[in-house]
Amino acid sequence: MTITFLMSAIAIGTVLLFGCVGETITEKVGHLNLGIPGIMCTGTVGGCLFISLYLNSLEKVESASWIMLILSSLFGAFLFACLTGGIYAVMTITLRCNQNITGLAITTFGNGLTQFLMHSYVDRSNFSIAGKIIAKSLPFAENSNGIVKVLFGHGFYVYFAIAIALLTNFIFNRTRVGLNLRAIGESTATADAMGVNITRYKYIAILVGSGIAGFGGVFYIMDYVKGSWENAATIEAFGWLSIALVIFSIWKPSVSIIASYLFGALYIAAFVFGNISFSGREVLKMLPYVITIIVLIATSMMNKREHQPPASLGLNYFREER
Amino acid sequence: MKKKNNLKEPFVRIVKRDNIKVKNIILIYSIAVIGGLLLSGFISMLFSDKGLFDFFQSLFEGAFGSDRKFWLLLQDTTLLLGASMALLPAFKMKFWNLGGNGQILVGCLSAIACMFYLGGKVDDGIIILIMFFASVFAGALWAFIPAFFKAKFNTNESLFTLMMNYIAQGLVSLFITIWVKSGSGVLAPIQYGNIPDIGNKYLLPIIMFSLITIVMHIYLRSSKHGYEISVVGESINTAKYVGIKVDKVIIRTMILSGAIAGLVGFVLAGSINHTINTSSANNMGFTGIMATWLANFNPLIIIITSFFITFISKGMTQVRKTFMFTNDSISNIVVGVVYFAVIICSFFINYRLVFRKKEKEEIKK
Amino acid sequence: MDKTVILQLKNITKKFGAKIIANNNVSLDVYKGEILSILGENGCGKTTLMNMVAGIYYPDSGKILINGEEVIIRSPRDAFEHKIGMIHQHFKLIDIFSAAQNVALGVEGEKFNLKEVNNRIKEMANKYGFNINLDKKIYEMSVSEKQTVEILKVLYRGADILILDEPTAVLTPQEIRSLFKILRAMRDDGKSIIIITHKLNEVMEISDRVTVLRKGDNIATVNTAETSEKELTEMMVGEKIDLNINRTEPVDRKLRLSVSGLTIKNSDAYKVLDNVSFDVYGGEILGIAGIAGSGQKELLEAIAGLNNYESGELIYYHPKKDKPVSFFHKTYRRVMELNGENAFKDKKGNDIDLRGMTKKDVKEIVNNEMVIFKEDEVIDLKDKSPREIRELGIRLSFVPEDRLGMGLVGNMDIIDNIMLRSYRKGKSVFLDRKRPADLADRIINELKVNTPDSHTAVRKLSGGNVQKVLVGREIAASPAILMTAYPVRGLDINSSYTIYNLLNEQKQRGVAVVFVGEDLDVLMALSDRIMVLSDGKVTGIVDARTTTKDEIGLLMVKSDKNEVKE
Repeated sequence: MTITFLMSAIAIGTVLLFGCVGETITEKVGHLNLGIPGIMCTGTVGGCLFISLYLNSLEKVESASWIMLILSSLFGAFLFACLTGGIYAVMTITLRCNQNITGLAITTFGNGLTQFLMHSYVDRSNFSIAGKIIAKSLPFAENSNGIVKVLFGHGFYVYFAIAIALLTNFIFNRTRVGLNLRAIGESTATADAMGVNITRYKYIAILVGSGIAGFGGVFYIMDYVKGSWENAATIEAFGWLSIALVIFSIWKPSVSIIASYLFGALYIAAFVFGNISFSGREVLKMLPYVITIIVLIATSMMNKREHQPPASLGLNYFREER
Repeated sequence: MKKKNNLKEPFVRIVKRDNIKVKNIILIYSIAVIGGLLLSGFISMLFSDKGLFDFFQSLFEGAFGSDRKFWLLLQDTTLLLGASMALLPAFKMKFWNLGGNGQILVGCLSAIACMFYLGGKVDDGIIILIMFFASVFAGALWAFIPAFFKAKFNTNESLFTLMMNYIAQGLVSLFITIWVKSGSGVLAPIQYGNIPDIGNKYLLPIIMFSLITIVMHIYLRSSKHGYEISVVGESINTAKYVGIKVDKVIIRTMILSGAIAGLVGFVLAGSINHTINTSSANNMGFTGIMATWLANFNPLIIIITSFFITFISKGMTQVRKTFMFTNDSISNIVVGVVYFAVIICSFFINYRLVFRKKEKEEIKK
Repeated sequence: MDKTVILQLKNITKKFGAKIIANNNVSLDVYKGEILSILGENGCGKTTLMNMVAGIYYPDSGKILINGEEVIIRSPRDAFEHKIGMIHQHFKLIDIFSAAQNVALGVEGEKFNLKEVNNRIKEMANKYGFNINLDKKIYEMSVSEKQTVEILKVLYRGADILILDEPTAVLTPQEIRSLFKILRAMRDDGKSIIIITHKLNEVMEISDRVTVLRKGDNIATVNTAETSEKELTEMMVGEKIDLNINRTEPVDRKLRLSVSGLTIKNSDAYKVLDNVSFDVYGGEILGIAGIAGSGQKELLEAIAGLNNYESGELIYYHPKKDKPVSFFHKTYRRVMELNGENAFKDKKGNDIDLRGMTKKDVKEIVNNEMVIFKEDEVIDLKDKSPREIRELGIRLSFVPEDRLGMGLVGNMDIIDNIMLRSYRKGKSVFLDRKRPADLADRIINELKVNTPDSHTAVRKLSGGNVQKVLVGREIAASPAILMTAYPVRGLDINSSYTIYNLLNEQKQRGVAVVFVGEDLDVLMALSDRIMVLSDGKVTGIVDARTTTKDEIGLLMVKSDKNEVKE
């Protein structure tokens, strides 16, 4: 039971981690992207669409290869998430539209598009088989127990998420690109005056951030629930939690790994321990949201300079502004 | 010097403009709306063998096709108007209240709870009265909580209110599991505490929320409270400098905001649905944000934007039938596309493009 | 001097919106190895012109030539490639980065290695005589340290043309001297330096040539050695003007405000004000000098009731003019307590001494309203909010430094801004816009505010007109104390003198005026006494009529750690 719980917690945490790291990257360049929930949705459908295309190209589903499934899901998710994120990027960077409102529209649009394509264009008939292949862990961990299973018993995506978070952390803190990115988020005008190509950096950050967020949903559908699909609202809810997690992880991708797993544990508690009664389960389901609120309040109460959001967050930049 | 490659003026430059005529603003928005709808029409055509004409015909038929449809259009417009009026004072104050859904939903839930527990035991008139206060109180409470923490600790209000939505949904699920013994998760309409029709069954929200819109317009424009809301929204420092108690204004305004949302919930429960589920708020908390923002926070223009948004969603129901789409998500896509088109207008209103001049090239030769 | 032209501007025009012409057909040559001043009033287009050279703005028409070749500068990056660097008036630094990180920001084409960067900066610093700690975070730095980082940033990119926008505005006289030394060293090294300024004495001191701009037009370029301050002023303003501030002797000096032991800590528990004590008198102007960020803002805000303070007393002496005693002091004991010298007079205006009278007589006199009380009422301002201060009837006016961020609301029209102070009056839940509208019209007429009408958003007015609205509103409240923070910052000469005259007028009416300023010449010409703040402490209160700039400059940097800096 504890093993299952921890495994599930890490899995849900991974969904959140993708979203959280993606959102952190866009926030670092000063863009609050409330479209992330929608972008996670379209990433999901992109990944699923490419998997279904791959499966349909095969004669026998059982012959599907692990590497092709992973690659097609990564590619599809990244592509679709980037395209949706691209709409947000054009509207907020070049056309300087209000970030909040654009984000909300992206979420509405992304949710609708995902629901529509998933219903009509994604052939999910063989997803349960594909899901099992994608979720494959390293051979030695497959039949192991205890701590080994918890640490090594997951599919590729879980480790991929950690790698991305650590890499992002490295880039932010140790490279010139990271220095430039952080400078844009702190004071866009300063970075601009120092010759940093604001537009290029912002576009790349938002596109890459969106793409990373897009992995979260496809992991959830293909790996965690093995290909079953309810509706886009589930993914959307993960997206909102991810945005909240960015605040909790004080804009640090390394912190977000731990924070995500913690949230994953809270989220999953309802399903693992909730077999007491229907109503008990409903109460537990509310828990992650209540905890998020408590976390929000707690972080706002510890008012430290190092814990502040990027100073230009939410403000669009126009060089000739007087 | 490293290179000589950039002996060219940028091909296109963006220049700020400060004096745009109202006529042009209207023109820009009209083009955007028509463009957005055309694009949506093409998208729909992609997935169906029907044509563009069918798209627009169905759109209008869905909205105005029959007396009933027309009344429903008016009713839903005013409900959205009500939700927008709830959000408006908060937004004027730059309090990004994304919790409209939750505030409406708890209003709804409180009303249904009154109907469920008091129904048959107390006179309907009294139930309705209690429902009214319960809904308004619940909505206000749901808005007060994030407002309190915003005022005291500057807690991020948009995520706070968003989480309150999910908690509200959780509460609804919880009570449904308590109330519905069968475990079906669907609460049958309750026969008690139904608000009696005035004229016809659509008129109550229409009258109520039209009135609230007018009152809100006056409140924001001419009252001292409204003035304080504007000052706090524009600059917290100025507000403090002139001795406005910012905490108090934030909390007071959000209570008002939540109370109106609760009222929307009251009407939904008592007059329209007589039951509840997790999506009873009909996502008006979000569409209300769009309506409010697109109207640039002007209550009278919100009437137009609410009508327009409702028109599209009603029309799309018919489009869906005509185009034989099996799920309702196509209307979300269309609404999203139209939003994009309208949001982009802000760029053309605030900026203009300057293209590279031709004569410039000639001088160089 | 080498007479090679390095930078040439030809017929540059730049407009903002349809109406504002910032630069009109301006042409300009800059030589290699010279210091050129660009002189002009605030709002004449000096900064805009240089921003086009630095790639911040793009000109509507005209050409820029470097070494005789036409170049197109589309962004700051292009400017750096042409070896042009600009040090902006509002420093472009990232607060949470260290000095070295700020210097390294945006540089491309070399390996990212902060150690390497550190070494190179140190080399340059030694060459020109800078003194800097490269690991220090910007937010811990003083203004002059920040400026040093700015200059290093530009030098690090190998700039040959340095543009400095009002570099001396926030420095002490001593710091200005060492900056000029560095600038001369750089000039002698073959670099071209352009200084944007509106201060004549500095132009005369540092520059080889000076270009005068007025209202966007290039008026003239002259050799500094062949001109005079007077001639430059005329070119700058376009007419002969009298640049003397008419300072009168204080009359009827009365204690209005007494500050003692005021200490304020900021959120990092740092003492931004440390045991500050001073008195403010009616009928005089108290100047407050100090490097920017020495606690001036916190001090004024504390008096206005905006800041919570750690410890200290704020006592306000409320002028109660000739009111019958019984009106507010009923008890015999209170009356006798107040019975100082010349505190009471009878209805004819003759002084009475109550001390010799019996209790019965005093009571009779008081109850018959025979006695008029002249002493000011003592009010403790401790922990009073701005609203409570107002409700006590205290007439305290405050013109804050941040005009559009604190004093006014940019997006509201003039009437609504005038109303900010008074909207609460009356029991009605609705606003009364009639009286504020009348007052707005009066202010517009009397102070010659240049605006289409009183329904125009304040944001759309020019800096000088914004300030007139703000000062006008604060004076209209007929204050007993008028506090102003940098009231002429960014204003042209005529508007500045309008403000100086208004302050002098208030002083003659018996108002206690507090003037926080940055230009020491103005402080010395306008104030009666000058209080100097350094790092939150009062380092001296001097007589403005007898002090010298150097004396104030030394007080500005005096602290416990380093007694005297130079």
